[in-house]
Amino acid sequence: MSVRVTRSRRPATWSGLASALVFVALLSLPYLVFANVTSLLVNLFILLVLATMWNLLAGYAGLVSVGQQAYLGLGAYTVLVLAQNGVNPFLAIPVAIAFCAVAALPISLLVFRLRNEYFAIGTWVVAEAFQLITVRFPQLGGGTGASLPGLGGFDPALRQAFTYWAALAVLAATLLAAYLLLRSRLGLDLTAIRDDEVGARSVGVQPARAKRIVYLIAAAGAGGAGALIIISQLNVQAASVFSVQWSAYMIFVAVIGGVGTDPGHDPLLQPPAVAGGARRLVPDHRRDGRGAGGDVRAAGPLGRDQRPLRPAPVSDRLLAAPTRLIAGGPAGPPASTRALNCRISTKTGCLQRCKWHELDKTPPVNVHCAGRSWG
Amino acid sequence: MAWLNAVVQGILLGGLYALFACGLSLLFGVMRVVNLAHGDFAVLAAYLGLAVITGLHVPLLWSTLAVAPLFAVVGYLVQRLIIQRSLEVSPLTTLLVTFGLSVVLQNAMLEGFSANSHSLPSGWLAAGSFRLTPQLSIGHFSLIVFAAAVVVIVSLQLFLSRARLGRQIRATADDAEAASIAGTDVRHVFGIAAAIAFATVALAGLAFGGYSSFDPGAGTQRLIFAFEAVVIGGVGSLWGTLLGGVVLGVSQALGAQVDSGFGVLAGHLVFLAVLAIRPRGLLPGRVT
Repeated sequence: MSVRVTRSRRPATWSGLASALVFVALLSLPYLVFANVTSLLVNLFILLVLATMWNLLAGYAGLVSVGQQAYLGLGAYTVLVLAQNGVNPFLAIPVAIAFCAVAALPISLLVFRLRNEYFAIGTWVVAEAFQLITVRFPQLGGGTGASLPGLGGFDPALRQAFTYWAALAVLAATLLAAYLLLRSRLGLDLTAIRDDEVGARSVGVQPARAKRIVYLIAAAGAGGAGALIIISQLNVQAASVFSVQWSAYMIFVAVIGGVGTDPGHDPLLQPPAVAGGARRLVPDHRRDGRGAGGDVRAAGPLGRDQRPLRPAPVSDRLLAAPTRLIAGGPAGPPASTRALNCRISTKTGCLQRCKWHELDKTPPVNVHCAGRSWG
Repeated sequence: MAWLNAVVQGILLGGLYALFACGLSLLFGVMRVVNLAHGDFAVLAAYLGLAVITGLHVPLLWSTLAVAPLFAVVGYLVQRLIIQRSLEVSPLTTLLVTFGLSVVLQNAMLEGFSANSHSLPSGWLAAGSFRLTPQLSIGHFSLIVFAAAVVVIVSLQLFLSRARLGRQIRATADDAEAASIAGTDVRHVFGIAAAIAFATVALAGLAFGGYSSFDPGAGTQRLIFAFEAVVIGGVGSLWGTLLGGVVLGVSQALGAQVDSGFGVLAGHLVFLAVLAIRPRGLLPGRVT
C-alpha cells in the first residue's frame, strides 16, 4: 500500500509565498527608513524569536521553562568572548547558537529530572547560577558588565543595518525551523504528546527524546536572541541579560498571541503564538484543517504518519456533542487518540479501538496492550 | 573556629529558609500549585510590616500580630478568586497565573514604594546576642527566627495529622473528588490551606526584613531559596523542608566563608548536586 504524504497544502504554499514577499520587503528596510525604526524592529525580532521558541517549548513539548534567559546570557557572553579574541561579532552569532544547543544537553540531563512546576523553577535556578558564575570572571566584566569590542571600525549606519539584517536572519531561521520542525515526524510526535502523552507513548512516540530535542532547539534560539542583544546594545550586563524579566516577556508574547478556544487542551498553550504577519510562517493546526478530521480518522492506525493530527473540525464537534449527551459518558478522548479511533480504557489503561461515532458508549475492541502491535 | 561559626550561622539562616519554604511546600502538597509569587508576597509582607512599625511605633515582633492575620485573609482571597479559577483550567495555567501575579506585584511595589531598599528596624533584637566563645555568638534575632520556624513546622505537622480541618486538608490533597463526596467543601479547604501558607509567608517576609534589606525586586531570589529548600529536603515532607533549609543555609554560609561572593552560588551548586544525585531530595516524604 502506498500512502502519499502531504504536510503542507495550498493555503500554506500561498502564505509561504506571501511570507517570502514580506521577508524581501523587510530586507530592504534599512535603505528606506531611519535607524530608529530598524533598531525598534531589532528589539521586536528578538522578542519574536524568544516567544516562538518558548511557544515550541511550552506549547508543544509541555516544558514550561522560566529559565530560558540562561541561554540568552550564554549566547551574549559567547559573542563577547569570541569578539574579545578577534572574531567578528556578526560571525560569532551562529557559533553562539550552536554553543547554546550543545550546552543545553548536559543541563537538560539535570533539569529533566524535575516535573512541571518544579522544572520551571529548576531552570530558573540554572539561569541564576549562570549569572552568579559569570560575574565571577573579571574578564567578562564582572557585575558591572562589559562592552563589545570589534564593531568600532564600522560606520554607525552600516553597523545598524548589519545588526538589523542579522536579527532578521535569526528570526527567519527561527520561524523556518519551527515550521519545518512541526511539519516533521518530530512535530507529529509533539502534537500527539501534547494531546495525550500516554496515548502517544503507546503508539511508539518517545516523549523524553522529543522533548529533549525541542529543549536543545529552544536553547539555540534563545542563544541567537542573546547574541543579537549584545550586538544591538554593544554591551552586556549579567544582571540584565540573565534577568527573569526575559521569561516574562516571552510568556506574555506567547500567551497573548496564542490564546485559543479549542477544547481538549489548555487554551493558554495553543500553538503559534507569534502575532501578525509572522504568524503565517508558523504552521497553525487550525488554519488549513478543513474537513481533515474525517480522513485522519479513516486512516486508522496509520494516521500518525500521514498528516498532522488536528482537533476535529467544528461540524464534527457539533455532531459529537449530542452523541455524548445521549450516551451520558464523559467528554471524548483527546484529539490524537480520537483521531486514531481509539480510546484509553479506564479499567485496564490499554489503548482500545472502537467505531468513532460510538466512541463514548460501546465496549471497545482491545487492540493494543503492553506491546506495540495492532490487533 | 570561623568555620564552626559559619556552620552555626548557616543552621540559623536555614531556619529562616525553612520558615519561608513551608508555605510553598504546603501549597504544593495540597493543591499541586507552585506559587511563583511566593517571594513577592514575602516582600509585600515586609513592606506592610514597615508601615505598621513606623506608623504605630510598635516593635517588629508585635507587627507580626497585625501582618500575619491580614495575610491569611489575603491568601484565602487570592486562592478563591484567582488560583482556584486557574486550577480548574490546567496546572500550566496556574503556573502562568502565579508568574503573572509575581510580575504584577513586583511592578506595583516598585510603583508604590520606589526602588530604594529598606530594612525593618528590629531594635534590641538585632544588637543582642549570646556570646558562647570570643569567636562564636548567636544573635537573639536569628535564634528567635529559627525557633519560630521549628514551632511553625511542628504545629503545622500536628495540625495536619490531628485537627479535623487538617485531616480534611490531607484528604483533599489525596483525592479532591472523594473528599467532596464525603462532604468536604474542597474550595474552602484549599482557601484555608492558602490562608495558612500566606500567614507563614508573612512571618518569613518579616523575618527576612529583619535579617537583611529588601527592595521590590528581592522576591525573585527569595522564591528560589524557598524552592531549593523544598527540593533539597524532599518534596512533600515538612521535616524535609526544615532539613533542606538548613542544608541550604549551611552551604551558603560555608560558601561565603570561602569567598564573600560565593555564598549564593554555593547554595545553587549544592541544590544542583542534590538534584543530580538524589532527585527526590534528602527526606522524600509522602505528600502531606
